[in-house]
Amino acid sequence: MAGNISILIVDDEESVRDSLYNWFIEDGYNVACAENAKKALLILESKNFDIILADIKMPGMDGLEMHRRIRSLNKDSIVIIMTAFASVTTAVQALKDGAYDYITKPFDPDDLSHLIRNAASQISLKAENEALRNKIVSLENVEDLIGNSKAIIKVLKEVKRVAQSSSPVIITGESGTGKELIARAIHSNSQRKFSPLVSVHCGALTESLLESELFGHEKGAFTGAMFNRKGRFEMADGGTIFLDEIATISPKMQIELLRVLETKTLVRVGGNKEITSDFRVICATNKDLNKMVNNGTFREDLFYRLNVVNIKVPPLRERIEDIPMLVNHFIKIYCTSMSRNIISIDPAALKRLETYDFPGNIRELENMIERAIVIGNEKEIRLKDLPFEKDFTSNSIESLDDLEKNHMLLILNKYDWNISRSAKALKVDRVTLYNKIRKYDLRSSK
Amino acid sequence: MSEQSILLISHGHFEKDFLEKIAREVAHEFLFPVYIEESHIDLSEFYDPMRRQYDGNRILKEIDSMSSSQFIKKVGLFRVDLFIPILTYIFGQATLNGCTGIASLYRLRNEQYGMKKDEDLLFDRFRKVVIHELGHTFGLIHCHIPTCVMRSSTYVEDIDQKSHNLCIKCRIKIGVI
Repeated sequence: MAGNISILIVDDEESVRDSLYNWFIEDGYNVACAENAKKALLILESKNFDIILADIKMPGMDGLEMHRRIRSLNKDSIVIIMTAFASVTTAVQALKDGAYDYITKPFDPDDLSHLIRNAASQISLKAENEALRNKIVSLENVEDLIGNSKAIIKVLKEVKRVAQSSSPVIITGESGTGKELIARAIHSNSQRKFSPLVSVHCGALTESLLESELFGHEKGAFTGAMFNRKGRFEMADGGTIFLDEIATISPKMQIELLRVLETKTLVRVGGNKEITSDFRVICATNKDLNKMVNNGTFREDLFYRLNVVNIKVPPLRERIEDIPMLVNHFIKIYCTSMSRNIISIDPAALKRLETYDFPGNIRELENMIERAIVIGNEKEIRLKDLPFEKDFTSNSIESLDDLEKNHMLLILNKYDWNISRSAKALKVDRVTLYNKIRKYDLRSSK
Repeated sequence: MSEQSILLISHGHFEKDFLEKIAREVAHEFLFPVYIEESHIDLSEFYDPMRRQYDGNRILKEIDSMSSSQFIKKVGLFRVDLFIPILTYIFGQATLNGCTGIASLYRLRNEQYGMKKDEDLLFDRFRKVVIHELGHTFGLIHCHIPTCVMRSSTYVEDIDQKSHNLCIKCRIKIGVI
């Protein structure tokens, strides 16, 4: 532990520097010394130190001023102020300025050991915390965005690129394509990842509720406003606000939103104090905003303010090759959440999924898999576990023959290809059923 | 006299037996012959009247400057209260990877803490401090093994917790195994 910690001693007295140097060296720390604040700052420009022990009284720049300069350099070193004269005022000032602690010279050896040990354990906790955060973020990214099709890889590349900036983003795509996941991925890959991602589903709220949600309100602003409430823009300070279904907001809210985006300041409903918030905005919609601008239902100025980067999320039917990966992903999620063993999917069922056009996109696929796991045999997902009855009225079937073929296959699968029971259900005799099987070349998936 | 030997330089009155026992312990630990020499340097110039203690850093330098090139390491043994400018007291001090160390039995005596005199305990503590400081001169830093003599001790009770021997890791580091 000690070997990984570096300490910079700043004191104008040589004997103090030497004593501390020898003391820390014997403990195995990496130690350097500076005889004044100016030299210390020069050293800090090229090298980081975990702990800085600085004397408060030095000729030229004193320890407190040096500490302020270190803070302005954005160094996250732990600074301990040393003083020969115990003064409450200077100690309070040092701590107010963010010093870790202060210690009066000469120190009791045990006090010094404790102080440095505590500072070292704080450093290691901080490093551990950072490592865990990074681990969580990487897990989130890996788990969330599934697929290796060209279409999704293109989207992921765009996500990576836009994550580095703070520009507004509009994510467009059909319902259920995973627009919110894309927003999360942008946020969790950005500099803002350790601040909140605040989501607002604009379509689910009335105009007045949305106003209160976004801007917050002061106590007594309206009936029922018993307490002050922070709005989502305030909550997203330092982070990202995700406005889902942006196309549904009213013209009045569009003006309000434009003002907030331009000034990054807002006033709570019923309040008069301007509040500043540093947020990034990401919007999502399944509507064509261009068209809405042309027909006057969406403000052009707001559109241009939001539409700095546009990411189009492809529908599932355009990334069929991702279906097996997505299916396995959802099987894993739902089997785990239902405390079941991870099951597989029957090739025929998978093939059927790959030929389906998924109007509800990934959300529909997810629901199908969840349902299949619930009603299935706990070993594998079979074709009959998938809800494809409604296919018969879908637009992929045009002829009566197709309709008959699909229905027969459905019934045969339902009765595990038991001809007698299937014929009885279809109200035809067994010979007719055999003839139809031959005619349509129907085969059992097992 | 062998060139590869350690010198213990006593300052002030020490019983001959006491010093010989310390020398034997040191020789046993570091596998070098150990010699004892009496010195009569004037400690008054190292005395700090404000602190009523003796400056360990300056004494260490004084011992270091004494001509004794035939010894690979030397340790000054004292009976006075030592300090270094930054700390209220020290039991001993050494130059890491250097030639010289100092140790004092002043704060090792039970009587300092209002307890009954105990010569055996005093000897046990003093040999630990001497071996510890010599360990630093051989390049050893503080060890985390609770029983190792190189474990850091800021209170006299800490000294009692550890043994007077180097742990296996420290032995390997300095090649005395």
